[in-house]
Amino acid sequence: MTIVQAINNALDIKLAEDKNIVIYGEDTGFEGGVFRVTEGLQKKYGADRVFDSPLAESAIVGTGLGMALSGLRPVVELQFDGFTYPAFDQIISHVSRMHNRTRGKYKVPMVIRFPYGGGINALEHHSESPEAFYAHIPGIKVVIPSTPHDAKGLMISAIESDDPIIFMEPKRIYRAIKQEVADDKFSIPIGKAKVLAEGTDVTVVAFGAMIRECQKALVMAKEAGISVELIDLRTIYPIDKETITRSVEKTGRIVIVAEAPTGFSVGAELIAIANEEAFLHLEAPPKRVMGFDTIVPLARGEHFFMQTPEKIFYEIERTVKF
Amino acid sequence: MIFKDFDPKEDKIFRIIDNEGVVINNELMPDIDDETVVKAYKAMLYARTADEMAVSYQRQGRMYTYPPNIGQEAISVAAGMIIREKDWLVPAFRELGAWLAKGVSLKEIFLYYMGNEEGSNFKNANHMLPFSVPIGTHLLHAAGIGYSINYHKKDEVVFTFTGDGGTSEGDFAEALNFAAVWKAPVIFTVQNNQYAISVPVRNQTKSINLAIKSYAYGIPGIKADGNDFFAMCAAYKQAAGYAKAGNGPVLIEAFTYRKGAHTTSDDPSKYRSKDEEIEGEKTDPLKRMKKFIDNKGIWKEDEEKLLEEFRIEIDQQFSEAENFTPYRLEDVFQYTYVDLPDDLKKQKSEYEQFLKWKESRK
Ligand SMILES: Cc1ncc(C[n+]2csc(CCOP(=O)(O)OP(=O)(O)O)c2C)c(N)n1
Ligand SMILES: [Mg+2]
Repeated sequence: MTIVQAINNALDIKLAEDKNIVIYGEDTGFEGGVFRVTEGLQKKYGADRVFDSPLAESAIVGTGLGMALSGLRPVVELQFDGFTYPAFDQIISHVSRMHNRTRGKYKVPMVIRFPYGGGINALEHHSESPEAFYAHIPGIKVVIPSTPHDAKGLMISAIESDDPIIFMEPKRIYRAIKQEVADDKFSIPIGKAKVLAEGTDVTVVAFGAMIRECQKALVMAKEAGISVELIDLRTIYPIDKETITRSVEKTGRIVIVAEAPTGFSVGAELIAIANEEAFLHLEAPPKRVMGFDTIVPLARGEHFFMQTPEKIFYEIERTVKF
Repeated sequence: MIFKDFDPKEDKIFRIIDNEGVVINNELMPDIDDETVVKAYKAMLYARTADEMAVSYQRQGRMYTYPPNIGQEAISVAAGMIIREKDWLVPAFRELGAWLAKGVSLKEIFLYYMGNEEGSNFKNANHMLPFSVPIGTHLLHAAGIGYSINYHKKDEVVFTFTGDGGTSEGDFAEALNFAAVWKAPVIFTVQNNQYAISVPVRNQTKSINLAIKSYAYGIPGIKADGNDFFAMCAAYKQAAGYAKAGNGPVLIEAFTYRKGAHTTSDDPSKYRSKDEEIEGEKTDPLKRMKKFIDNKGIWKEDEEKLLEEFRIEIDQQFSEAENFTPYRLEDVFQYTYVDLPDDLKKQKSEYEQFLKWKESRK
């Protein structure tokens, strides 16, 4: 399965299992979404469960909240990272805090899913990585898978969560990775990172499409005799401090790889964790291998902005040699 | 005022020529001389040729995703005939005719769709904003510019556009309301091409048409045949007169049909029938205009020859875009702020260090 198919499969399993799940968004119903993640689901479950909404992100999320408060479990789709912002007000002012404001009387079992990230030569506003904005909102959980297997297991958990989940899908690898994924239902816990490779010299933390780039960098590092521990964060918030801390205590070095601008980012949070939890173990300054603090350039300039295996290796080596 | 005669409540459509190019509403025919009619037809042909070539460049992998205007040319070419140099154009992304009239070059448009921000600079187009990809959001800018025009007592009008899908965004409602409250001189055009990607307009709204939304804001609205150049021209003339006289904004629904795909990444056969497309073909704005011209016998040139000239000229502009100065590292940074903060200067120089290292490994 690809990531697209794995998410489709997870949605399919949950739609079959729970009559209260509804799915909607722009082009999400009849066409199955511009990336075909929801393809075939309207046919199978009917247009009152899987449907196209009018074109308005704030309305998609705001109505989703209403549904979640009244017995449904909506899984709404926003078409692209750069078009989630019209819904930002609903997310920060309502979705995230209804449970708290009602002192637990109302839960918000909803998933807001959207493709994110660059590297596909897209138009303006189609290549952004806004995970830090959303992870910064108390009351919201943010999940980002990097493989088809994880995409399925995490999506099942996201739909079953009684807290609102932002589920960001790395569009660059939507179809690039094929993997055997079990047909049956399984779930992967939200809030748990995964150690993809064990190592002793440096901890590299990444997520989403950057995992694949890091794996390529690891090959280069190995040739250079550097032993890298690679961690796939999988959930941005709640962030898995324990896995990060244990690894940094062992390696004494941390390099974070992500697509978003460097400043005020998930990278900044991870460095804070390394400092707060493993300060005395650090042997080199933590390093963020992330985008410039600029707007994501259009296609012609994007190669400067995106993290490549070579750049990741360069920073790994500098950190180890520090 | 035609806006009164074609009340959106009655779901009337303002039309001047029929599908055979025959004038069915002579009274309201705008006063346009033959030479201008031919000029407008050529502008439509040019826009279509450019679109067809853009789609083919994209297929050849020489350009990225592109949203063609095919089938909708009469609207923005008509707007382009009425808009003046000092008037403002606040576009969405499907108004090629108006951009060109404003002075944007095809080279710039191609450059933008090749993924270079330089294409949004519009060196020779005064008072025009870049294309707006986030649907509907730019309509508010048009309202703000309208306020500014009133404030400075200027003789200017703002032309702004969105699609049928765009009318569902909150910003659409807010922009019309603000412009109305401020009596801002803004002409809002909704190009109703009947689709928002795969979603047909009947699933977008329960309004009987889109022009009727004007009622909610207390402004004039009209549903015009967007594939009828003359109807669009007449509507824009009246709208511009109304706005310039200090009466405030108007809403024009330009009823049309998106003949092509939403963009080069889209496949409409997934969500609409061949029959429907064949039906849509009958209202093609270029064919109608050509029939009108032929009926009147006002143009004798060889169209094939003209098209060939267009193709050569368009290809020339494409080459210029293709051969544009290669994208440099500093292009990523330089316009982020008026003065580049030190932190960004450092990020740039660190990247240069990396590039040196990379070079040294070769
Ligand atoms: C805020 C926002 N949401 C979603 C999109 C993705 N998108 C691009 S075009 C489009 C449909 C627009 O339909 P319409 O307004 O009718 O204009 P048309 O493309 O038909 O000219 C969508 C949903 C976007 N660009 N901006
Ligand atoms: Mg449309």
